[in-house]
Amino acid sequence: MAEMVEIRWHGRGGQGTVTAAKVFADACLSGGRHVQAFPEYGPERSGAPLRAYNRVSSKELRMHCPVLRPGIVAVVDATLLDSINVMEGAPDDAVIVVNSAKDPKEIREKLKAKPTQKVFTIDATRIALECIGRPLPNSPMVGVLAKVSGLISLDQILEDVKKSFGKKFSQKIIDGNLEAARKGYGEVREG
Amino acid sequence: MARVVAVTGNEAVAEAMRQVNPDVCAAYPITPATDIMQRFTGFVSNGKVKTEMVLVESEHSAMSACVGASAAGGRVATATSSQGLALMWEELFIASGTRLPIIMTLVNRALSAPLNIHGDHSDGMGARDCGWIQLWSENAQEAYDNMIQSFRIAEHMDIRMPAMVCLDGFIISHSIERMEYLDDAVVKNFIGEFKQLNPLLDIEHPVSYGPLILTDLYMEYRRAHAEVMSKVSQVVLDVAQDFEKISGRKYGLFETYRLDDAEIGLVILNSAAGTSKDAVDVFRDKGIKAGLLKPRLYRPFPYEEIGEALKHLKAVCVLDRADAFGASYGPLFMDIASGIYPYKDRPLLINKIYGLGGRDYMPEHAELVLAELAEVAKTGRVKTFKEYIGVRE
Repeated sequence: MAEMVEIRWHGRGGQGTVTAAKVFADACLSGGRHVQAFPEYGPERSGAPLRAYNRVSSKELRMHCPVLRPGIVAVVDATLLDSINVMEGAPDDAVIVVNSAKDPKEIREKLKAKPTQKVFTIDATRIALECIGRPLPNSPMVGVLAKVSGLISLDQILEDVKKSFGKKFSQKIIDGNLEAARKGYGEVREG
Repeated sequence: MARVVAVTGNEAVAEAMRQVNPDVCAAYPITPATDIMQRFTGFVSNGKVKTEMVLVESEHSAMSACVGASAAGGRVATATSSQGLALMWEELFIASGTRLPIIMTLVNRALSAPLNIHGDHSDGMGARDCGWIQLWSENAQEAYDNMIQSFRIAEHMDIRMPAMVCLDGFIISHSIERMEYLDDAVVKNFIGEFKQLNPLLDIEHPVSYGPLILTDLYMEYRRAHAEVMSKVSQVVLDVAQDFEKISGRKYGLFETYRLDDAEIGLVILNSAAGTSKDAVDVFRDKGIKAGLLKPRLYRPFPYEEIGEALKHLKAVCVLDRADAFGASYGPLFMDIASGIYPYKDRPLLINKIYGLGGRDYMPEHAELVLAELAEVAKTGRVKTFKEYIGVRE
């Protein structure tokens, strides 16, 4: 892996985006890696746009500031594409993942992504509805991030979803989230 | 075996408190410190600690209850931020003047008005002369390590003073980072049994706390306080040495980064020091001898040691995450200036105010300051001694 991977998450309050960043950081701990996960704290209203960040590095992470040039951009809510520029600061080799039922090529056009930037889509909301019964796209998104980042295996991410959700939720909810992460990992499409 | 975890700064502090298992905690919630006590009260409710948890109606009462519990003979801890610390103001002096080794986490946050919940050092700086020991922390690991060491420092029989452990609100308190927890037994053994000193509850040996001391002895009492403060540095170093044996992590009165042969240097507290170290590396790669000093023990301030560490530099910028209105310079600047003042050959000193109310401090800010310092070192001329950076005009 590159020495440091920086991820910027775009979501709306209440979708579990911050939890997704946390779960992902925790799962990346293995192999002696250094991790950070932190949201941008605003008024914290349900539905309001929010950002969260991850850094994963083989070296100690000393910087404590937002990610400005994200190698990976994860968009948990595609309606944000109309209101904010999710591509801001994304380098030429950035990877962009969008939660959308649409074809990745269509999303690529909408994003005006450069040919060198990779665009993936995943219908994370549908997967969440099928697996958990609620439109909480964070677990499938975490599965997708495991796949596109190449930082961790599916098993590692499932283990961590189990650990993170196990503290708060029933077995049924945990199983649903595990299935959702698995489907996210499996169903992501590149375009 | 140490446990590697990815946790927030607040989670790390709460874990340290669980491992210490204080006799009494009294607290009132305030963002961003709330999370510490929320987690800790969970430990209390679940029987993970034997602490008597006192939920009070204000921070003034929280510190009052801590004062009472500590005078009674207990090991006592609490946490607060910003307005909470401001409301404790009166009691802070009672705690230190009464020589009570209370431990308080201060999650640094801006003061109102206008209302702002984010990272800023105005709260801690306002309380820097209230007789407490202050340890400042760059990240979650340091906050956790400082918490554990603070009990040994404050409770040392030659010291018996309250101590504050400071960490940046949100930037550290609410951000998840990789860090290492020590084993419960190792922490327990390190801090040792709490030693009482003149406890109120020892009814065989009745004592009075908080008597009236007028012109006849008040000044001697204050001088005694100052003398105790002068002993704190050595205790901090001794405790750090013991801590290194159990953790492998080295602590001093302050941290220096690439400073020994540096010509220009940054002095900066807490989380922004980490971001600045990366900028120092960028300048070193360009062949510019840059370095950094990050104070850890801020009160009592180790003037002599810091002066010694900085005196060989050509130009130094002190970055303050608080302003001292009407005092010309930021609070950290004034302390650093005092530290290098005795030297005939000393660095040129400039002051930048940054990051107020949680304004982001980016690597670019540190790099701009270092570039300015390189120019100051070259020409020997300072254009502006103090200015705000990262601010709209």
